[in-house]
Amino acid sequence: MTAPVATGAAGFLARYEGLKDHLPGARKPWLNALRADAAVHFAARGFPTRRIEQWKYTDLAPVAQASFAEPLTMVEGAIALPVANAAHRAVFVDGRFRSDLSTLDGLAYRVGSLAQDLNAAEPFLGALAKPGSEPLVALNTMLFEDGILIDLPEGVDGGLLELVSIAVDPGRPFAFHPRHLVRLGAGARLTVIETATGRGQCLHNPVFEIEVAEGATFTHGRMLQEEATVFHLSTIYATIAAGGTYDNFTVAAGPRLTRNEIHAALTGPKAACHMNGAQMAADGQHVDTTTALDHAAPDCASRQTYKTVLAGRSRGVFQGKIFVHQVAQKTDGYQMNQALLLSEDAEIDSKPQLEIYADDVKCSHGATVGALDADSLFYLRSRGIPESQAKAMLVEAFLHEAVETVTDETLRAALTRALDNWWSRQGKAA
Amino acid sequence: MLRIEGLTAEIDGKQILKGIDLDVPTGEVHAIMGPNGSGKSTLSYVLSGREGYEVTGGSATFNGHDILAMEPEERAAAGLFLAFQYPVELPGVGNATFLRTALNAQRKARGESELDAMQFLKLARERMKALSMSDDMLKRGVNVGFSGGEKKRNEILQMALLKPSLAILDETDSGLDIDALKIVADGVNAMRGPDFSALVITHYQRLLDYIVPDRVHVLMHGRIVKSGGPELAQELEAQGYAAVQAAA
Repeated sequence: MTAPVATGAAGFLARYEGLKDHLPGARKPWLNALRADAAVHFAARGFPTRRIEQWKYTDLAPVAQASFAEPLTMVEGAIALPVANAAHRAVFVDGRFRSDLSTLDGLAYRVGSLAQDLNAAEPFLGALAKPGSEPLVALNTMLFEDGILIDLPEGVDGGLLELVSIAVDPGRPFAFHPRHLVRLGAGARLTVIETATGRGQCLHNPVFEIEVAEGATFTHGRMLQEEATVFHLSTIYATIAAGGTYDNFTVAAGPRLTRNEIHAALTGPKAACHMNGAQMAADGQHVDTTTALDHAAPDCASRQTYKTVLAGRSRGVFQGKIFVHQVAQKTDGYQMNQALLLSEDAEIDSKPQLEIYADDVKCSHGATVGALDADSLFYLRSRGIPESQAKAMLVEAFLHEAVETVTDETLRAALTRALDNWWSRQGKAA
Repeated sequence: MLRIEGLTAEIDGKQILKGIDLDVPTGEVHAIMGPNGSGKSTLSYVLSGREGYEVTGGSATFNGHDILAMEPEERAAAGLFLAFQYPVELPGVGNATFLRTALNAQRKARGESELDAMQFLKLARERMKALSMSDDMLKRGVNVGFSGGEKKRNEILQMALLKPSLAILDETDSGLDIDALKIVADGVNAMRGPDFSALVITHYQRLLDYIVPDRVHVLMHGRIVKSGGPELAQELEAQGYAAVQAAA
């Protein structure tokens, strides 16, 4: 059977063949080898189809069937930037670092364009996100042109850094595959607020590789807010050493299709991972959060709370897997997924999965799906609040609850704005 | 003020109210007493417009309006208030935001100017003091983590802020200790006057020691079976509902 997906994959492979001598690091044997390996994997597997368990609920056919084959031209000149959340920020336009738009002076750690610093990236590029792991990682590895490189030395407090990605509509379908590497040395701390905006017939396919060393804390807030023509497929691989913490909070609201896939491995005792988020979809949109938590050491804790709000004819997916290795005694794992359906045409697929090989663990998961609570709605209306306003209050409350656990005030304010922005622009209208 | 004539209503096809006749004139407080399952809560929900209750006959007019034809928020803006037996918890909705939104929605519906945050806070603090409520209860989610007594006091606070002309208190005494009961009763008594009426729904006579009604009605099996002065409540307490029904 010649699956239609082969078309899209073939297009990207052809593009790789044509570009491989011009891609960043084309003269570095190690990177050439990595890209070639990725091309072999991507050629063998193509885009994932719904026959693959992890993609059962999310159909990539619209991505696979589109032709994103034309090479990008560098976007130059002024670009409208989103409102700044922090003094320091790295700005990427169509996946390429724009030093003229970025403000990174005076930072006490290595941060900047991956393409311009490939030697520093060599030891850990592809170490966590291996080309053979996922087809989208293979695609990214094959074609990435740039990304951010953050390397915090031991004990450094990096404060707050903003990562901005903007897609500029060239008037034809285009794709970019940024590769972001984040490494925190022992005891280091960093908060990154990431914003993805943009428009056009676009595929944004970022891959993150995140290493959190002993006792380090990385807080990663993400706002995926591209317009409803954009396909956003992001994959994160994170590894957290003993006593380290990785906090991820993602607001996914805007793109036509969003896949927020996170793989986190707790590799040392007392490591912690918190993955929370709110995903929203309006008519014709699809949002998917897929997490895989690997408890590979004892005394680790993981917390996941995801909220989904669906309006119109939209679809949401939550798949969360917690894998507890035999060695991971005293694991404390918690996962909760709550969905609010504002329309009878909306659909949510929720799939929690626990796989536990240790005998002394505390693991729980839960999922709720529902419409707005009739009692709550009547209570508000009985106080004189009109029905539409009462509904809005309850949706906002549902969403705001998701960010209550975010302790960084700047991040929480930014996330709250993203939630409110979606509700006032898309949700309420639907 | 409130006039109910021959009101019948059902839920899920089961008839609960079987012909209620009741008149609550302006300025009076009436009590409705009755055993569990007699239709007390149904009456309060039908009057306030909760979904799921089907009115099959009769009428209810409030200040001349056919309230059964109005949306719940319209009834509220017209001056009707229901103090819930089980106030709803609303996680994520701040109590202050809730109270101010409700007050301003009603003011807006009546063509009055809305209160800004400062004006509202001043008013709310004043009313809360009278109800022995701490400021902290404004910052929390609506009824979230409130004790039973705190929830009921929050109901009375809403009433004090919204200043309805008719309040229906649905078993407001349930789950209250004697101190909380007195605070709640004081809150209601403070509202009493020529422009305020109340329908106090209760199972027990105890609340009526503190909110002394002008009239007492006994509701059984969906009908008012007996009406009288405040002494009727004492009688019920002494003899029980069965004896009253037998005599009726």
